[in-house]
Amino acid sequence: MKLLKNLLKSPMFVIGMSLFLVTILIAIFGPLFYAINTDRVGVPYDMPNAQFWLGLDNYGRDYVSLLIRGLGSSLYVGVIAGVIATTIGTLIGLYGGFKGGLADDILSVLTNLFVVIPQFVILILISTTFEKRSLALVAMIIGFTAWTWSARGVRAQAAALKSKDHISLARLNGDNTLKVLVVHILPYILSYVFMVFILQVSSGILSEAAISMIGLGPTGDNAISLGVILNDANRYGGLSDKNWHAFIPATCVISALVFALYLINTSMEGVFNPRLRK
Amino acid sequence: MQNSEVKIFDAMNAGRTFGHGKKLVTAVDDVTFDIKDGEIVSLVGGSGCGKSVLAKMMLGLYRPTSGTFLHKGQPITDLKEHWREVQSVFQDPFSCFNQFFTIRSQLKAAFGIYKIKPSDKEMEDRVDQALLAVNVKPSEVAGKYPFELSGGQMQRMLLARIFVLRPKVLIADEPTSMVDACVRANILDYLMKLKEELNMTIVFITHDIGLAYYVSDRLFIMHKGKIVEQGTPDDVTVHPKCEHTVQLLEDIPEIHKEWIKK
Amino acid sequence: MAIFEVENLSLHYLTRFGAKIHAVTDVSFTMEQGKILGIAGESGCGKSTLVNGLMGLFIPPLYPTSGDVRVGGESLMNRTPQDVRQNVLSRKVSMIPQGAFNALNPTRKVKDIAADVMAAHMKGVDRKQIYERLKERFDLFGMETEKVLNAYPIQLTAGERQRSVIGISTLLNPQMVIADEPTSALDVTTQKVVIKMIFDLLEKGIFSTMIFITHELPLLRHVANDIAIMYAGEIVEMGTAQQVVFDPRHPYTKALMGAMLSAEPGQKQRKPTAIEGAPPNLANPISGCRFAERCPSAKPECKEREQKIRIVGERQVRCEYAE
Repeated sequence: MKLLKNLLKSPMFVIGMSLFLVTILIAIFGPLFYAINTDRVGVPYDMPNAQFWLGLDNYGRDYVSLLIRGLGSSLYVGVIAGVIATTIGTLIGLYGGFKGGLADDILSVLTNLFVVIPQFVILILISTTFEKRSLALVAMIIGFTAWTWSARGVRAQAAALKSKDHISLARLNGDNTLKVLVVHILPYILSYVFMVFILQVSSGILSEAAISMIGLGPTGDNAISLGVILNDANRYGGLSDKNWHAFIPATCVISALVFALYLINTSMEGVFNPRLRK
Repeated sequence: MQNSEVKIFDAMNAGRTFGHGKKLVTAVDDVTFDIKDGEIVSLVGGSGCGKSVLAKMMLGLYRPTSGTFLHKGQPITDLKEHWREVQSVFQDPFSCFNQFFTIRSQLKAAFGIYKIKPSDKEMEDRVDQALLAVNVKPSEVAGKYPFELSGGQMQRMLLARIFVLRPKVLIADEPTSMVDACVRANILDYLMKLKEELNMTIVFITHDIGLAYYVSDRLFIMHKGKIVEQGTPDDVTVHPKCEHTVQLLEDIPEIHKEWIKK
Repeated sequence: MAIFEVENLSLHYLTRFGAKIHAVTDVSFTMEQGKILGIAGESGCGKSTLVNGLMGLFIPPLYPTSGDVRVGGESLMNRTPQDVRQNVLSRKVSMIPQGAFNALNPTRKVKDIAADVMAAHMKGVDRKQIYERLKERFDLFGMETEKVLNAYPIQLTAGERQRSVIGISTLLNPQMVIADEPTSALDVTTQKVVIKMIFDLLEKGIFSTMIFITHELPLLRHVANDIAIMYAGEIVEMGTAQQVVFDPRHPYTKALMGAMLSAEPGQKQRKPTAIEGAPPNLANPISGCRFAERCPSAKPECKEREQKIRIVGERQVRCEYAE
């Protein structure tokens, strides 16, 4: 509670969180207030007007509807990818950092192997092996390739905690490794893990947009994400024919979303880190 | 009951090194000693003399790399079994408790080392008694978290944990170095109480030979991994044989004696 | 002539939730050339806060409530930390911090850290000359000059680090040094080496005036000429070292002396008595004597009547019943 109070005193957090909440509210409740229609309703690239606030796309579909739907998909991909990446990273980092020795060496080599191969290349390679890609599949592919940074961060944190006195005392109390990890290490790094999670969500959203931009995003008629919108705009001349409404709104939404998440992350650092708190 | 035949610890030419090759560091070098049941023995030496490593060997956290190190005539193998009899308090009272749980729940967690935990009621009773033993009203610390207490109080909580568990042996690793000079007397009083009431064997580790003199039955002076002198407090402090002991004695700023000429 | 004056200084912290913590209340003393004042008290009594106040470093959340600190007649109040750092610290007043490890930048060699301090105050002197001067100075300290100067902090022992910090703090021959628990983290042997170095510098005239802060009363008796005892943010007794240590008058000083272990051969039977209870919470306004709750000779009215400094037995005591 105190933590929340402190967070609310940070303008960065308030701005970031409000921005993020607004995007979530639009994604969830938008369809209730705005009649979503992703069928063809007019001529391609019709300019914004009173009926279609942001105009129409290359198929003659309403951009507002597409953006609301795309926002939902992007958040969905980001959160799932974030959960997967954070969970894998935390488990590997926690165990390796605490155990040390051979287990740590093996896990570190594995982690570093994934770090040195550019994530985007793996993303492309895995994505091309799937003919049909649902949103969930894209999210999973991103999640399974993005865990390395969280693993390294968590490993460092766990390794620093391992020689602390309260861990020694826990061992003298007869606690086994699992209990030590869950009860005596995880709580100390939970705030860090949460911050990592927020970063993973935002990088998941960016990765989805990037992979969709080059045409390897979710497939199928109903697959609409912010990345797919940008890909369409790119492919069908939206960038060249003065059709600003084809890419600027989608870009703004992605930027706002990622910016909001970064603001939240940065403000949390100030509150969670007792040294910065002082 | 005091049985001086049983040796709690028996070290013969025991040593402990870290690393290998050029980076080989000898922390404990060829030490031979024994500690009898019911004794308070102090390990005294400056920082880096190997006293903390020796303490960890007694706790079974480090194995000897040479010689033998026996607990009640046996090498230490099963650590859980070992910790049912040998427990420890550490130097820094603030970092010893998990800050996310109440002190009381952490004192209760100490029962985790037992094969069969007593009933909840008995555990609560024993925690209450232990708190009273260190002059803390159980209601005073009820529901409190580690960061809400002062250093002196925290060090008492660590000792309360020992009163809860009542182990046979206590390894006290510099329990007084991080607390105020005026709280030190308390800590030493509780160590004496543990010995008198529970006949505990205590290994007291300190860099201050004055404190060691005050509590112990025997003193071991350590320097560069070796035990350079051992004997009763009066023998060691009144008739020191080794230069390092003389050094340690001279270094304490005593109230009634000249210390450094200005 | 007083080179450093503190007049009715009170300091407070503002917590995040707007509460005021009155960490230091009504502290007054003067430092004449050559005086060594020891300040002692339990942890949390306001010693370290006082140090920041004495150096005029009012960095939020620390604020001056009232009073004045003057260096050579010049007030430190209402000045920015930058101004104070540049014009007062190092040259007029210098501080020796407690944790040498935190005070030294781990990524730089000792000689570079020291050279920076010198360069900041000596315009137009090139690096080579500075290193020469450094060598001269460090030779005085009786350390292996070459080894220490060319080492990174982590390569030195705790004692060498603390001595380097003292060397660096006194490079510019400050008029006065404030030592904040310079030996608390060290073992007794290293402590003696460090104290010896401080005495050495005093003898060589590098500096002559010092405020020495510690919770080890026996140590203070050897270091200081005068001793002030702090409790809950106030000075409760101040007099010569001889007076305070061997003939304490304030109940708290008496209790403090009683709690000290005198571990000298033949003293084993003497039982130290600890002071029961805890100091008051300084977030709440306190009326009456702050030690009343724990005082063995407290009278009922003590809790209501605020205690003022009075002179008893040629020293200052904050207790109306002290004799």
